[in-house]
Formats: sequence, structure tokens, C-alpha cells
Amino acid sequence: MTRSDVSDVIVIGAGMVGAMTAYHCAAAGLRVTVLERDAVAGGTTSACEGNILVSDKEPGPELDLALLSIRRWQELADELGADSLEYQAKGGVVVAMSDDTGAGLTAFTASQRAAGIDAQDVSSAQLREREPNLSPDARSGAYYPQDAQVQPMLATARLLRAVRDLGGTVRTGTEVTGFVERGVATSAGIVHAEHVVNAAGTWAGQVSELAGAPVPVLPRKGFILVTEPLPRTIRHKVYTAEYVANVASSDAGLETSVVVEGTKAGTVLIGASRERVGFDRSMSLPVVRKLAAQAIEVFPFLADVALLRSYLGFRPYCPDHLPVLGPDPRVPGLVHACGHEGAGIGLAAGTGHLIAQVLTGKEPDLDLTPFRPHRFEEAPA
Amino acid sequence: MPNSSAERNEYDVAVIGAGPAGLAAAAAAADTGVSVALVDSGPRPGGQYWRHRTGDDGTHHHDWAEFTRLRARIREVDHLAEHAVWHIEPGFTVHATGRDPVRARRLVLAPGAHDRQLPFPGWTLPGVYTAGGVQALLKGHGVLAGKRIVVAGTGPFLLAVAAGLLDAGAGVAGVFEAGTPAGFARHPLAVAGALGKLGEGAGYLRVVGRRYRTRTMVIAAHGTGELSGVTVAKVDANWQVVPGTERDVACDALAVGYGFTPQLELPLQLGCATRLDADGSLVATADDRQMSTVEGVFLAGEVCGVGGSALAVTEGLIAGRHAAGVSAGSRLLRRRRAQRRFAGALHQAFPLRRGWLDRVGADTVVCRCEEVRHRAVTAAVDDLGATDPRTVKLLARPGMGLCQGRVCGFATACVVADRLGRTLIEADLRGLAARPVAQPVTLGELAG
Amino acid sequence: MRFTFDGKAIPAEPGQSIGAALIAAGHRSWRRTRIDAAPRGIFCGIGICHDCLVTVDGAANRRACLVEAAEDMRVTTQEGAGRAELEC
Repeated sequence: MTRSDVSDVIVIGAGMVGAMTAYHCAAAGLRVTVLERDAVAGGTTSACEGNILVSDKEPGPELDLALLSIRRWQELADELGADSLEYQAKGGVVVAMSDDTGAGLTAFTASQRAAGIDAQDVSSAQLREREPNLSPDARSGAYYPQDAQVQPMLATARLLRAVRDLGGTVRTGTEVTGFVERGVATSAGIVHAEHVVNAAGTWAGQVSELAGAPVPVLPRKGFILVTEPLPRTIRHKVYTAEYVANVASSDAGLETSVVVEGTKAGTVLIGASRERVGFDRSMSLPVVRKLAAQAIEVFPFLADVALLRSYLGFRPYCPDHLPVLGPDPRVPGLVHACGHEGAGIGLAAGTGHLIAQVLTGKEPDLDLTPFRPHRFEEAPA
Repeated sequence: MPNSSAERNEYDVAVIGAGPAGLAAAAAAADTGVSVALVDSGPRPGGQYWRHRTGDDGTHHHDWAEFTRLRARIREVDHLAEHAVWHIEPGFTVHATGRDPVRARRLVLAPGAHDRQLPFPGWTLPGVYTAGGVQALLKGHGVLAGKRIVVAGTGPFLLAVAAGLLDAGAGVAGVFEAGTPAGFARHPLAVAGALGKLGEGAGYLRVVGRRYRTRTMVIAAHGTGELSGVTVAKVDANWQVVPGTERDVACDALAVGYGFTPQLELPLQLGCATRLDADGSLVATADDRQMSTVEGVFLAGEVCGVGGSALAVTEGLIAGRHAAGVSAGSRLLRRRRAQRRFAGALHQAFPLRRGWLDRVGADTVVCRCEEVRHRAVTAAVDDLGATDPRTVKLLARPGMGLCQGRVCGFATACVVADRLGRTLIEADLRGLAARPVAQPVTLGELAG
Repeated sequence: MRFTFDGKAIPAEPGQSIGAALIAAGHRSWRRTRIDAAPRGIFCGIGICHDCLVTVDGAANRRACLVEAAEDMRVTTQEGAGRAELEC
């Protein structure tokens, strides 16, 4: 056994959640090895929008994690440089296109304010001050100054770079094929560690099976459209109030509720469809068409803008739409950090922070009970 | 019945691309009596090879008689011109700009190719053109790209471009071939099988004459705001500059190309298998019938291997017949075999050598659209841990702009593979070639 | 047939692209890039590279190598991504 094959922590997965976990562990003085079967940030991290949101959260444990994560992201932007992560604290704007939706949104923001979110109700005139290119049909909305955006792949790669600079190891092209006593078997031999963190994203269910401690992480397919580069035409993350209803939905089949935002590169991103169709990589034109139509409803100028490309990703979701975080009592040494659904980029910062606290024997800043890995096997209360 | 097919937008066979391969496929399919749609982005049939203006009598074109024969044979074909195909759904539904979708039971994909480019210092200056671009200006628009033109790169196409320019009265300051095509004689079998083609090359060479220099490359382009000249140098067999041979050549246009890049987006959308061809191109795999690995999707022309117009026509004739459910005769198969041998010999005679990589300085733009410099590409590998071109693209943005990596994809893949200390593999190119949207389409048109 | 480029009359033959007519009239660049404000004109000439973008009758991002010149067309140099009227 060579020295390099022994670590304090093995992190499975070099996506955003794995990178954040590895970074926080390495910063806490742990020896970290990241194992990734493909390339850095190659899975869902490379197929998402980089959302760091509180605006779409309803009061509850996920919101608590989101609030912690937003704070951590701000600190990380200071530590690593906001530009190097393309971190932008741009704020979010939620738009109601009908009076009915507007009334629902007002009630929602009231509950969010009570839970600690800075949620400001805005009139249609104020909306247009914030977003001059918005459709005149927008009736009312809400402004969320805490919402932010990051370039997810770049941020992940920078975090992994920081892990290496802190003495950690990142091994790409190395697939975990099984679990052994205090470690894992990989396509490149056995790696030992006290703890193994399952941060395999949408594939975390498969890793949990290998460990003999299954967690039900399932793929939810989502398309994102990318326009040709434009000058700055959209200032915030802008989405329709219907998005809030869809995030928490358990309905099968297609839902789309548009999220539109500019990027530092000039392109406009349009997301996000939600389909529960397994790992199906095929392009679905009806879904893409619907996203385009909804984006034009919110920003009519987009009708004349060219679509440059589209991409799709698989968001890892659990049946109760909460992530799986913390030690698994079924397998000593196994810790989960997965199941973040469409919020993994944002929630990763808090996740990494909490997992590092657990692995260094500290009391975590947040009660992890709602996220406990074995909750799916418990008899209903 | 073509009319009812047109009304229903439903055809037995849809051919995509109206260049040599597509025209031949459409003609061969139509000859069997099935209904055929020929969908193409250009205003007139002919593709890049037979690009022409209205009223063109073919004087400056090659194989023009073949073109007029094929054109006459597609009278029963619905030629849907000026509709760029941006997506094809399985089954098959062809989505093209400016019209309703076309449905077809079988497809022939003949999207062709464009010039392959290798970046070098100064290549973004206005006045630097692709070799195909200079030819398109001449054949399609009757315009000379400059008063004093340098032609450079590698491959027999350079001779065709230079000869066309001289024929049209242009000043050609030099034709610089990086390779040593004398090596071509090492493949006498292939040469014997394609004497006519070789004769054409010899003809070009006669026209171009003493302007033709082998083992010579343009290593930099110069100018303030626009091109005013290039530096050329002798290179060794690995395309490394022979010290002391650099010299400046004044010019107002440079036509440059290093072979061709097939357009793979449509086969990749449909899930066709691909392979790395002898010339380093990603191409779609075709069987003896010219069918891809996807049932009902046939391929013809450069998309299944760069081989020139004559091979493209042969492949088109075979693909068109099989797409219509009729076998191709053994004569066509024999012709294809001989033409492929010739194409293979050309690939061996004009290989890319890695010396060009050493002249791409840190400051040289690799991706023209996103203005990504070489240093950003290498930093994605060295500092950010990228281990493949796709990851580099997503971290540093080469290939993320308006052309979606069509121009820089090959070179980016080469730079990344070289930085990683390995040779180019198929997955490198595939990672940059997948484009679910094959042509820019407005969101308004997409939304319908 | 004539169109204007930044207010100047440019002759064109029927079927000729804007880009070909501009080159024939001695222009090689008609765009400045988004990032470096570098001049660009035609590169590939066949609609692949999108380097020859130009603003035509107010519409940005038209490929000069593909759009046929037409009488009285107003062609203008494109700055960056164009569409300055939408910038906010």
C-alpha cells in the first residue's frame, strides 16, 4: 500500500457537490482523494444553469440549507475570487403573468419573509425598472436580492484546483467498482480512507447500491436553451411564478416553467424543463419548443434572437425532494452528499460545509435529521 | 406522385444537401419512381463544389457536364431550396428553416464539408480567408478576394483554387503546400485506378507552375487592422520551420486550408456511429449500401469520409438507390472501390504533421468566435484539470460561439490532446461535434 | 443595383452577396468583435464561421456571405453583438 492510497476522506464524484465537499474537508485539514469516473465537472454540473437561489424555496429544511449555502457562496467568492468563479450576486426576479398567480406569489413571499428570506413584492412598474425588456403583460412580481449565479463548471474546476493546492488528490477516469474494508475498489486499484462520501450526483443511487446502503436517487431530465451572444439584455435571474409550483411537484411527465437569465459570456440561458423519463438522452423537440414559447412570453424580444444550442442534464431527485446528507448508520464510514435535485450548485456550498463539520467531529450548523440517508426505509410515522 | 407528396410534406426519401452526393442520391432515388425531396440551404443546386451564379455556363467549373446531367435527372424531385435543416427527429421528421417539417421514410444525408483550419499568428486578420471561401467568392459571386493572393495549406484543393484564380486573371503571389505530394507516387495502384483525376491535378500544376512550393508554410499573417502580408518558411517532414528560411510575401488576401471537416451534426443527432478517418476527420460509419448504423439513414459524400466530388457522386448514386429500396449495380461498387483507394492515397500523401502546434503562441486566437487564446486552452488543461476537449470547451469557451466549433473544433481537439501528451482520438472530436441545433434558428421560429 | 454601407453607395450585381459586393468595392472588414473590438470580415465565405456578421436594415447578426444584396439595402458596420437598442 503506497502512501498516496491512504486518505482521511474519499469523495466519489468530481461534480460541484463533490468538489465543495472535498474543498471544505481539505480546508479543515483532512487528507482528501476525489475519485471521478469521467472528467471534472462532467455530469450534471456541466448541464445546468448555475443557480444559487433562495427565491424558489418554501420554508423548511431545504430553505435552511439554502440560506446557509448562500452565505457560504458569498464567503467563497471572497476566498477564491468572484471573477474566477464567474460568481454574480445579481438577484432574482419572479414574474406573475396573471393576477391570480400574482396573488399566490404575494402569499408565498409573505411566508418566505417569515422564514428569513429577503423577498420584496414589486409592482409592474417596478418590474420594468428592474428588467426594461420584460413583457408589458407582466402583472406583478417579487425581487430576491439574495439570489446569485455562478459558472458551475468553472467554479467546480477552481475548487478542485484549490483541493490539489491544499494537498488533496483528484483522480479522473477512475471508476468506483465496489466497497472494501475502509475504502473502495476502483478501475485503478483499491483506495483506502476512514470515510467515503457519496457525491455521485444523479448516479449516487448506483454508488449507494455498491455500498450496500441504497438511497433512492432518480434522474429528472431537463433541457436548457442557449441563445446567440447579446449585449446585457436581462439583469437578473428571471422566472415565472409557476416555476415555484413545479419545483415541488411530484407529477410525472413534462412540466416547463421558464427561467431566463443572461451570462457573463453574453448568451441568454433559458431553462428548465422537467421530465421523469429515466436516463433518456434524446432531444425532445416539443419540450424545447415550449421553453422557447414561454421565454418569448416573458421577454418578447427573444422571438428574433437565434437559438445557438441546447443541452440536457439529469437532476438527481429523491421521492421527498430533499437531499440525502450525512453518515449512513447502515455502513460505518459511508457518508452521503447527494439528491440535490435542480438546486445542487446552490446547495453544494452548505453541503460541503456541513459534511466537513461532521467528518471533523464538529456539531453541524444545521440539524441533519431531515436529510438522514435511511429515512426512506423507516416505517411511516 | 410528387404533387401529393408536396401537399402532405411526406416523401419516400428525403435527401439533405444538394452538392454532388445529394444530387446523385436524389437522381438515383427518383429514377426508381419513389417520391423524393431534396432539402438544401443554397438558392441553387450544386453545393460548394458546383457553386455557381444564375446564368453560369460552367466555363470555369470542373465536371460541369456531370452537374448538368444530374440537374436534368432531378426534374421529378421536389427541390426545397433555401431551407437549412436544423434538426431531424427519428422516424423521420426533417425540420428546416422557413418551412413546415418534411416527413420521410428514409433519409440520405449529404451535408458535405468545409475547409479545415489550423490556427496561426494573425489568422484572424481581415483578408485571411479559407481556401473554399476564396473559391466561393469567385464561383458564386464573380469576385476576386484580392489583387495579390497567396494560397496555402495542404492538399490538392489548393491547386484547384489557385488554378481557378489564375484562370480568372487574379494575381497569385504563391501557392504554398506544407507537404510533399511526391509521396503520392508510392501508391501506384491508386493512381492507376484514377488516371483521369490525376490528369486533372497535373493540369492544375501546369497552370500554377513555378508558383507552387512544397514543404512551405505560411507561419504568420501580418497587417494593421487588415492583411498586408504573410511570413512563409520551409518546413521539414514534421512541419517544423527550417531556421533561416523565413521570408515575407506581400499580399492582400490569403486563401488557406488544411483539408476538410465533414459536417457531422445531422448523423450525430440521429445517433449514427462515427469513426476517426485516415485524414484525422470524424466521419459517420457507412456500410456497403451507404447506410449508417441507424436503420433507414443513408450517407453519401464527405460525411462518411473526405474523398472528393467523383466519389461523392458514386456514393450518392448507391445511397439513393438503396434508400429507394433498389440495389446498386456491381459497376457502381467497383467504381466506389477504386475512388476510395484514390482518396485513401491522397490522405496518405497530404497528412497533417504536428509542427504547426508549436507555432500557436500563447497569444494566438484558437476560437475566432469567442476570441479564446491558446493560453486559455492550455490553462484549462494545466490549471483546471481538464482531460478532454469537451471539458476544455466548457471551461474556456473554445467552440462555444456562433459557429459552435465548426471552425476551431478540430484544432482545439489537437491542441488539447497534444497538451495531454497523447494522440487525437475519436471521442475528442465527438465531444465537440454534437450539435442538437444544426443551424441557427430564431426562438420565434422554434416556438412556432 | 446599389446598396449603402455605412451611408456609402456600393454597387452589386444580381445574386451577389453583400459580402462579395463589399470585397469587390475594396472593403475587407465590416464588424468589430465583442471582446477585443477586432475588425473582421469574410472568412469562410459559405455561412459556416459567422465571422462576416453585419447589420442589415437594422437587423443584427446577418451573415454577409449569405445575404444577397438588394436595391437600397442599408448595411452598417456591426459593433460587438449588435442590438444596442436592447442593452440595459
